[in-house]
Amino acid sequence: MSKYKYRILVCSGASCYSLGSNSFKKVIEDELAKYGIRDQVAVINVGCLGLCGKGPLMLVEPDGKIYTNVSEANLPEIVEKHFVRGTPDERNIITRDDPFYRKQFYIVLKDFDKVDPASLEQYIATGGYSALAKVLTEMSREDVIEEVKKSGLRGRGGAGFPTGIKWETVAKQSSELKFVVCNGDEGDPGAFMDRSVMESMPHRLIEGMTIAAYAVGATQGFIYVRAEYPLAIERLNKAIKEARRAGLLGVDIMDTDFSFDIHIRVGAGAFVCGEETALIASIEGRRGMPKQRPPFPAEKGLWGYPTLINNVETFANIYAIIENGGDWFSSIGTERSKGTKIFALAGKINNTGLVEVPMGITIREMIYEIGGGIQGGKKFKAVQTGGPSGGCIPEKYIDLPIDYDSLKQVGSIMGSGGFIVMDENTCMVDVAKFFMEFCAEESCGKCIPCRVGTVTLRNILQKITEGRATMTDYRNLKDLAFAVREMSLCGLGQTAPNPVLSSITYFEEEYLAHINEKRCIAGVCEIKSFDTINSYV
Amino acid sequence: MSVLTLTINGIECTGREGQTILDVIRENNIPIPALCNLKGLTPVGACRLCLVEVRGISKLVPACTTKIQEGMFIETDTEKLRTYRRILVELLFAEGNHVCASCVVNGNCDLQQLGFMVEMDHVRFDYLWQSFQIDASHPRFVADQSKCVKCTRCIRVCDEVEGAHVWDLKGRGIATRIVSGLNQPWGQVKECTQCGKCVQVCPVGALFDKTATPSEMVKDRSFLQRILEGREAKLWAR
Ligand SMILES: Cc1cc2nc3c(=O)[nH]c(=O)nc-3n(C[C@H](O)[C@H](O)[C@H](O)COP(=O)(O)O)c2cc1C
Ligand code: SF4
Ligand code: SF4
Ligand code: SF4
Ligand code: FES
Ligand code: FES
Repeated sequence: MSKYKYRILVCSGASCYSLGSNSFKKVIEDELAKYGIRDQVAVINVGCLGLCGKGPLMLVEPDGKIYTNVSEANLPEIVEKHFVRGTPDERNIITRDDPFYRKQFYIVLKDFDKVDPASLEQYIATGGYSALAKVLTEMSREDVIEEVKKSGLRGRGGAGFPTGIKWETVAKQSSELKFVVCNGDEGDPGAFMDRSVMESMPHRLIEGMTIAAYAVGATQGFIYVRAEYPLAIERLNKAIKEARRAGLLGVDIMDTDFSFDIHIRVGAGAFVCGEETALIASIEGRRGMPKQRPPFPAEKGLWGYPTLINNVETFANIYAIIENGGDWFSSIGTERSKGTKIFALAGKINNTGLVEVPMGITIREMIYEIGGGIQGGKKFKAVQTGGPSGGCIPEKYIDLPIDYDSLKQVGSIMGSGGFIVMDENTCMVDVAKFFMEFCAEESCGKCIPCRVGTVTLRNILQKITEGRATMTDYRNLKDLAFAVREMSLCGLGQTAPNPVLSSITYFEEEYLAHINEKRCIAGVCEIKSFDTINSYV
Repeated sequence: MSVLTLTINGIECTGREGQTILDVIRENNIPIPALCNLKGLTPVGACRLCLVEVRGISKLVPACTTKIQEGMFIETDTEKLRTYRRILVELLFAEGNHVCASCVVNGNCDLQQLGFMVEMDHVRFDYLWQSFQIDASHPRFVADQSKCVKCTRCIRVCDEVEGAHVWDLKGRGIATRIVSGLNQPWGQVKECTQCGKCVQVCPVGALFDKTATPSEMVKDRSFLQRILEGREAKLWAR
């Protein structure tokens, strides 16, 4: 590294990439060449730098300055001022001390700003695959599972099931053939945590899966990625190929007698295919439809064999647990939620993007420090966590610590890490309608409560937002919401009513104002006039 | 095979290991709605009408896919279940265009029967009035999507018993439809042997004989047991 005076780390996360950062490396290198200083500055594409809302981003080391809103057009100026004259224009620059970064704590995303996602060498140079080496040479299967259990890691895919216990269940099955599956479907609207990990740290995922395979005794693995993530697929494919070439995947890994290989399965992008039994059906080449559990995949999964299914982020935590020990991991976070969680900040806050924070950070810290406060200095109203399966948390819980149990207590869930901030100009009925519409469209159609119930709930919410609903509709809405929750076959239907029920809990007056006073408190909904209502009848 | 004892609605019953809750409920002549299940076909747990309460389990449990266990304490007719089942039946009526008066199975329809069973006197939810298609391309049968409840009995019987796999599902959510062949008109699907099994297992008027007029079509469900048992006993083996 000393060879270079500067290192320019260009964000190549999907958001910045699509905003044009894919061409930056070449433009910068050409500019540097003009001044004859190309060999003084290293230009590297790295994973998502986090502050996607202000992208494309570019980090300059060793100064630690981060350029925001970079475009190809202003690159020549940046090169000239920063690297030729040494007088960077500070206007669009933030630093690592910015509140956005200060409270973050990186485990899963550690070194995301150092390595080229596509480079195996760079990953190994930062300590990559040493956890796998340790597992294969020094630890028994039981040791690994013990360490994961000790860490207290819970699944990051939504339900928060203890990872160590799941591994143990699969390990205990007596079967010649077992599978490890990584759930990279990530169908929640607005979520891109898993995508970022797959794009930024593909080898970290492969390492985690391989360790899991060793622990449970699996020989084959699949990564299920949605087709909408071409960059993730491309980088994972490359990473798998390179890992195979280097003997980190395939037969006799690292010259031990452990063999494991990973294949990628591309899903067509249905939310329900993230549900584990539907995901299995989809990998097997059938229609992605959930099945009644039990049997759980841990007993009867892919083609009837025991199958371990974990989320991307879950696997990406494993290396750290092996390297630093389960005790170290469990010292981070809260009593019952250990480690960190990646969130996708979205909505009406100033800093939108990707953050990794220790469990137990409060909603207030998230919004006002990391998130930089509400846009336009408006008043905070609620935050929606957990995506379409989650709920709305009102302002009175602003000091609530963010962990599995606290969120559940107030009627929401961690889910996969969606964090949508809403200001005073948001209508909660409208928000509930948005999520219900999503669920209705994504329902697989197998069971009646979800197939017909979600669309009926959506229609009642539509009536409410148009000022056409009566109190009878409102009663039906509530009865139906409970019925859909309790009767649906899979998690999609069982959680679909959550946004409605939680917004009713905290914002019932908004529902009633629409119905009784034909008025939208937030001023969002278009209430139909009496004449229009008549024409419906 | 070991015999298990369990309690259903306060009455002690016995069942054999491996049986489902629904099997035992039926053997004891306890009424329970079940639309997607048909003895002889793989259970799928799709219609959710057979949900029951089991002591010690907080979620409702589908009787058709859940195996019995020693000492289970099951309730099939609680206030909560009655309320929910009625909502399910109402949703089915809101989903399709069930104009019973002009339907070929009027009076012989499982869905209609369910309506009576859950004491449905009206549908509290708005009808969806979707537009549906009728496929009369088959020489002997007709498929009327407006009556289909997506129980997938036709799909399973054609696949598992007849071995032709003519039927499948397409679409998602409310747009889910049964399709024949590769979404071709039924009459053009060469694999169809015209055996009529799908027509006989269809619980509603979605699949019917071409010649049937309203209220005429009576379906014979017992054929399935007959042929499955006959196969088992190798009745038709040469
Ligand atoms: C409708 C639905 C969608 C889901 N989508 C995802 C997903 O995109 N990614 C994911 O990891 N888990 C998803 N899950 C949860 C998975 O079924 C499963 O619990 C998870 O992958 C297990 O991994 P974990 O133990 O590491 O959390 C979904 C569940 C449901 C019901
Ligand atoms: S709850 Fe919805 S998505 Fe899940 S099986 Fe039922 S219809 Fe399909
Ligand atoms: S008539 Fe027989 S072969 Fe044809 S679709 Fe129906 S069950 Fe299948
Ligand atoms: S056509 Fe009949 S048997 Fe087939 S899914 Fe529809 S209702 Fe069920
Ligand atoms: S993609 Fe560049 S900051 Fe997230
Ligand atoms: S009969 Fe059990 S779910 Fe349909």
